[in-house]
Amino acid sequence: MPAILEADDLHAQYGSTVVLHGLRFAVEAGGITTILGANGAGKTTTLRAVCAMVKTSGEVRFDGRRIDGKTTENIVRLGIAHTPEGRGTFVDLTVEENLRLGAYARRDRSGLDGAYEKVYQHFPVLAERRRQQAGTLSGGEQQMLAVARALMSGPRLLLLDEPSLGLAPLIVREIFRIVRTINREEGVSVLLVEQNAALALDLADQAYLLETGRVVMSGRADELKKDDAIRRSYLGY
Amino acid sequence: MDIFVQQVVSGLATGGIYASLALALVMIYQATDVVNFAQGEMAMFSTYLAWTFLQAGMPYWVAFCCTVIVAFVGGLVIERVVIRPVENAPILSIVIVTLGLLVILNSTAGWIYSYIQKPFPSPFPSKPIRIGNIVFGAHDLGAIGVTLVVLALLFAFFRYTTLGLAMRAAAQNPASSRLCGIRVSWMLALGWGLAAAFGSVAGIMVAPVVFLDPNMMVGIQLYAFAAATVGGFTSPLGAVVGGLLVGVTENLVGTYVSFIGTELKLTVALAMIIVVLLVRPSGLFGRTVVRRV
Amino acid sequence: MESRYGAERATEAVSRPVATLSAARAPAVRPLDLIGIVLVLAVAIALPFGLSAFRVFQFTQVLIYAIALLGLNMLTGFNGQISLGHGAFYAIGAYTTAIMIDRWNIGYAWTIPVAGILCLVVGFLFGRPALRLEGLYLALATFALALAIPQILKYFEHWTGGSQGIVLSKPKPPLGLRLNEDQWLYFFTLAITIILFVLAWNLLRGRVGRAIVAIRDNHIAAEAMGVDSALYKSAVFGVSAAYTGIAGALSALAVAFVAPDTYNVFLSITFLTGIVIGGLATISGAVFGALFIQFIPNWAQDISKAAPWAIFGLFLIGFMYVMPRGIAGFFRVAWIRMTRPAVARGRPR
Repeated sequence: MPAILEADDLHAQYGSTVVLHGLRFAVEAGGITTILGANGAGKTTTLRAVCAMVKTSGEVRFDGRRIDGKTTENIVRLGIAHTPEGRGTFVDLTVEENLRLGAYARRDRSGLDGAYEKVYQHFPVLAERRRQQAGTLSGGEQQMLAVARALMSGPRLLLLDEPSLGLAPLIVREIFRIVRTINREEGVSVLLVEQNAALALDLADQAYLLETGRVVMSGRADELKKDDAIRRSYLGY
Repeated sequence: MDIFVQQVVSGLATGGIYASLALALVMIYQATDVVNFAQGEMAMFSTYLAWTFLQAGMPYWVAFCCTVIVAFVGGLVIERVVIRPVENAPILSIVIVTLGLLVILNSTAGWIYSYIQKPFPSPFPSKPIRIGNIVFGAHDLGAIGVTLVVLALLFAFFRYTTLGLAMRAAAQNPASSRLCGIRVSWMLALGWGLAAAFGSVAGIMVAPVVFLDPNMMVGIQLYAFAAATVGGFTSPLGAVVGGLLVGVTENLVGTYVSFIGTELKLTVALAMIIVVLLVRPSGLFGRTVVRRV
Repeated sequence: MESRYGAERATEAVSRPVATLSAARAPAVRPLDLIGIVLVLAVAIALPFGLSAFRVFQFTQVLIYAIALLGLNMLTGFNGQISLGHGAFYAIGAYTTAIMIDRWNIGYAWTIPVAGILCLVVGFLFGRPALRLEGLYLALATFALALAIPQILKYFEHWTGGSQGIVLSKPKPPLGLRLNEDQWLYFFTLAITIILFVLAWNLLRGRVGRAIVAIRDNHIAAEAMGVDSALYKSAVFGVSAAYTGIAGALSALAVAFVAPDTYNVFLSITFLTGIVIGGLATISGAVFGALFIQFIPNWAQDISKAAPWAIFGLFLIGFMYVMPRGIAGFFRVAWIRMTRPAVARGRPR
């Protein structure tokens, strides 16, 4: 299967501290790939590096074309959507305004109404609260808003940064279910960064394991799930 | 009583000017997190441009529109060229740059146009309007009217257009805005352009009253700062209300309190700032920001 | 609102960097520093003997500005409280000296500590209500103070001599020393400068200094660690005012004249400019800044008679482009870059 996103020899640094050391990974087109690892392994940095939110060197290719060197705004306009760690909600704006901003870079303006509909279908709670100030939503609702905002741009690749962080298990399962639906029905490829390895491996097709900025293991998700070392270190049993 | 109403109306007129400038200050601040100390000088320079257009024979409202457009472009260019290199520097460094800009604009205007005061025409009739026993200057009313129109346009822009929404977003959360594909840097530039345009309107409205000279905006700028603070730097509505309040108070205090001559009027504005700040640090309309540790 | 003026969020890679370097604590004395300081002192002591009286006066003024800027830097650079009104304390110090000498015939040397203590108290008292104000609002309140000062000085004519001001005579050197008045004043000022700088350095590198910086970076966290933020902030205000007041007192002696319009708002703005150009939260920055504000305006005038301030403005902007962290910050970063081994492999974007 062709890769929609590829990274080769990717380095990233905060200031003068190098955090990623020559990463190499790929996201299958139409598939869900997950990056696992402990705190500080560099998972969030990887997503940020793809979107040029940190200083990087090395190659990143989207649909075969290099995107390293472009600015965040321009990368996003190519069809990548990023739900950042901490959700990045526009807390002072309404839910509807948040969604409208998500659609700012949308390529086909005619599909805009359809986009709202679809998003409200996936997340009915957002439809209910559409005029509410986004900062007053609960954590779970804000996460849904973040994913919804990302979907509004009609992306081909969705980068999800730790969607389960700080959320109740029920809500997390719901969000993952929706992500699976979006992937299956709309063909949106997903790169998921998660600390909750069990959930992530259930959802994903491919998995990478990161340790202090390096890929130490990779393979099909169902195989990694059965791996003893992973089970003990990351799944806890 | 009539004097009171008179002074209130005059105060509202000058207050309208302060409100425009305060609005420009708040807009730039909201859009860029930077207080633009050069705001007043940019307005002054724009007014000189208007004067040049008028001297060249342009009809008043044509000159007005041209000036506003040139000011808009000028503000945009200044942000791109002068502010952009230090966009990521510590805030005080950016403040120093705006101070540098202030000084350059003031000095250059003096050099090109000299420090001699020049009269500036008003588009409104000079015959006063009489309602009962109260006399209103037509220019005063006109200035208020123009301010209101401009204000309404601004509100509509921010409320109802996507671009306005994008600007607000870029100011509140630049990182997330980039993730929405918003070109945050350009939003900043746009903010400066709009603020410069408003400043030019304020300058054109005030010049007939105080006469055109390079230092004409200095005192007014102070009042605008006072207005923006009273209203709360985070609220455009507050800036407008603040401006009107400052204008009216300045006038009333000047009239009714005997030992305040023109000199101490400035101190009055500032006393207002201090009182507001002590009682309600975020201003009348501002919101206190809750910070997470 | 306060977030830009307080320097936190250091780990947020995508937002703006912190307002000053984390190396804001005054460093321990390294051998290289010691050599540098000795050299500077040697030059400072030799200075008056080769120059004209006017130049000596100018350098005395540099020392005076350095003291004032150090005071302001303590408050704004190290403690994060922005003051656009330090000209007021400068004025209070100057007038204290002038009134004490002119009205009460008190020896000039005594006026210095009095000016300092008076400003310490006034600053502390001003600092208390100022606690409620953060960032921009504090800047505006202090700006208001700066604007009001000339008016207030003119109002209390009986004490201050009104718009005419007060004329003083320059202090005479003590008998036996073969110095002229300007040279004596220079050394007098130099001695006080050295004492004040050493005191500040000691203060800032110890526990107190760390508490002060902690309050700037994240005062909520600082309080959670037991730092009495309110007390410290008022105290720093007081000390900062004292330093600037002493500078003002010395300036009254150096110029031998005080008048209300000298202490206008531009003075306060000049001070702020000085500490930013010199380098926020540094001690050496006070000296660099003092040199800048004393000599660059003159230089600008030499370059262009017609629009000297335009040239000065260009200098300001240029400096901020090249050295956004001030002269001291620039040297510090350059030093770190030169002495640090290459760590990062990546190309910066």
